[in-house]
Amino acid sequence: MKAYFFFALKRLIQLICVIFAGCSIAFFVSHLSPISPVESIIGRVSGQSSYSPEAIENLRAALTEMFGLDVPLHEQYFNFLRRLAVGDFGPSLLAFPRPAIELVMLALPWTFGLLTVSTLLTWLIGNVAGGLAGYYQNSRLLKALGILAIAIQPIPYYIVAFMMVIIFGFFWPVLPISGGFAMNVRQAWTPEFVLSVLHYAILPAASLTIVGIGTWFLGMRALVSNIVTEDYVTFAELGGVKRNRIVFSYVMRNAMVPQLTSLAMTLGAIFSGTIITEQVFSYPGLGSLLVTAVNRGDSATTLAVSCIAVIAVASAIFIIDLLHPLVDPRVRAE
Amino acid sequence: MFAVFRDLIRYNVEFAIGAVLVTVIVIFAGLSFFSPVDPTQIYLAIPDQPPGAQYWFGTNSRGQDMFWQLSFAFRNTLIFGLTVALISRVISIVVGLAAGYMGGWVDRVLMFINDIFVAIPIFPILILFYFVLRSNLNGFTLALAMACFGWPYDARLIRSVTLGLRHREFTRQAVFAGMSPMKIMLEEHLPYVMPIVFATTMANMIWSIGLEVTLAVLGFTNINIPTVGTTLYWANNHSAMVVGTWWWILIPVIIVVLLFIGLFLLAVSLNEYIDPRSRLRRMGA
Repeated sequence: MKAYFFFALKRLIQLICVIFAGCSIAFFVSHLSPISPVESIIGRVSGQSSYSPEAIENLRAALTEMFGLDVPLHEQYFNFLRRLAVGDFGPSLLAFPRPAIELVMLALPWTFGLLTVSTLLTWLIGNVAGGLAGYYQNSRLLKALGILAIAIQPIPYYIVAFMMVIIFGFFWPVLPISGGFAMNVRQAWTPEFVLSVLHYAILPAASLTIVGIGTWFLGMRALVSNIVTEDYVTFAELGGVKRNRIVFSYVMRNAMVPQLTSLAMTLGAIFSGTIITEQVFSYPGLGSLLVTAVNRGDSATTLAVSCIAVIAVASAIFIIDLLHPLVDPRVRAE
Repeated sequence: MFAVFRDLIRYNVEFAIGAVLVTVIVIFAGLSFFSPVDPTQIYLAIPDQPPGAQYWFGTNSRGQDMFWQLSFAFRNTLIFGLTVALISRVISIVVGLAAGYMGGWVDRVLMFINDIFVAIPIFPILILFYFVLRSNLNGFTLALAMACFGWPYDARLIRSVTLGLRHREFTRQAVFAGMSPMKIMLEEHLPYVMPIVFATTMANMIWSIGLEVTLAVLGFTNINIPTVGTTLYWANNHSAMVVGTWWWILIPVIIVVLLFIGLFLLAVSLNEYIDPRSRLRRMGA
């Protein structure tokens, strides 16, 4: 128990460092920008109606203070860190003067749901099928699946997403290809709304899942085909242990550990996959928000989405790391 | 070196298929040097012609001959992938060798930084780069930015190999002979690490090309330079699938998938050739 506590503490410090480093990189990259958010708001406001020069000057001073741009860069950085702790990224330009964090919080549940469902599905299906393929190496069906996995594995997310849109948008329009829920449903916790959300999530989730399964399938198959040559598996077979029991409790459980580690490592990649998938399917998540914010020149929202993405992915990896010792006794001893 | 290559072609089907695919695509990209048309010009050919005898890959709605257009696009994409792979290889070799050989606090510090880079989701950060640089974002700048994020997995792999080399007899002899750590790392250990570097180069190219295409499809790179990603961007922008110019999307997609499969097979077969156990690490490489 004490060892686990130190393990968790070490990981927690690491998590904080990752978030700190990621958000710092995002901050400095975004402050290289020659576009000033203050000037773009002033441009928009003064384009709509005429103001006196004093009013514009007052507005400029107020906005500069609001964005925290009235101090040197290093102080801006410390202010940024201080505001990051309370989740304040300043007002967004998209929906001025609403805070950027509000827009992010509206988009976050969609991305989170899509990412969780597709990651879990991908991981489960890929690993179970890969494990079976590694154990029953003579099965024709599983061999064919292996060839299919090799062919699908290198295909990028966006291509599958495009294909889905083409197939279900033009040739066989049975599933919705755009949006997060039906237009005629009110956004509330009703069964109707939940069903609509699930219905609209099928294609985006499927396009994320199809690509991911191949990687897990191949990895698991390779792991399992190594494990089946171990003595304890042979003993179990000779001892007459049921085949299903050998596959699931003896072989797969041992192969799970490296697969769990890779899950943490691939999460960042899956996240960038959801960004493009959301864009293709006009899904109302972080990805769509990020793309809109970049196209409209909204630096506050862009920075907020980047930081939240860093925090979300890093936290997910942290949680997976915490689960790790529960599966692998060797880590507990470490 | 050549004998190894010949044996791999002869006895390893995966390697042979991968080598053929990649070679064909490299030749195709190389044809762009003999192109009769300028890829940046538009409306040079009759728009929207399907593939045929005159235009092998058809023409797009911007009046460009897709054959030459794609040949340029693949040249740029391959050069981009190689640039990222080479720069990030240098970083991963330096970090991996130093962490593995030096050990102690050097190792701890380097691996700590490594862990941070593994965990940062870089896609939003690359979009931030575009947000800041806009049209000044050329291929090399983007390659440099991606290379800064593309080294950590491979550095870890290299470190794990050097950890084993450190306790081998020849390392100890080199130390007693008075070789400097720098010299030991570069002259004694680097040759052992090179095969891994080759194998991870392919994986890194797949990663960087995939990321570049993803960014470009969203319009987040310089869309005036023909690459695979910008080709798809323009096709998408002209709703190629809706108006029926399917070859505009399908042909580049097929070729890029063939390129990915080719590089993937090369990486996998090289990995298995170097170390059968590396099949375990395949998904991490």
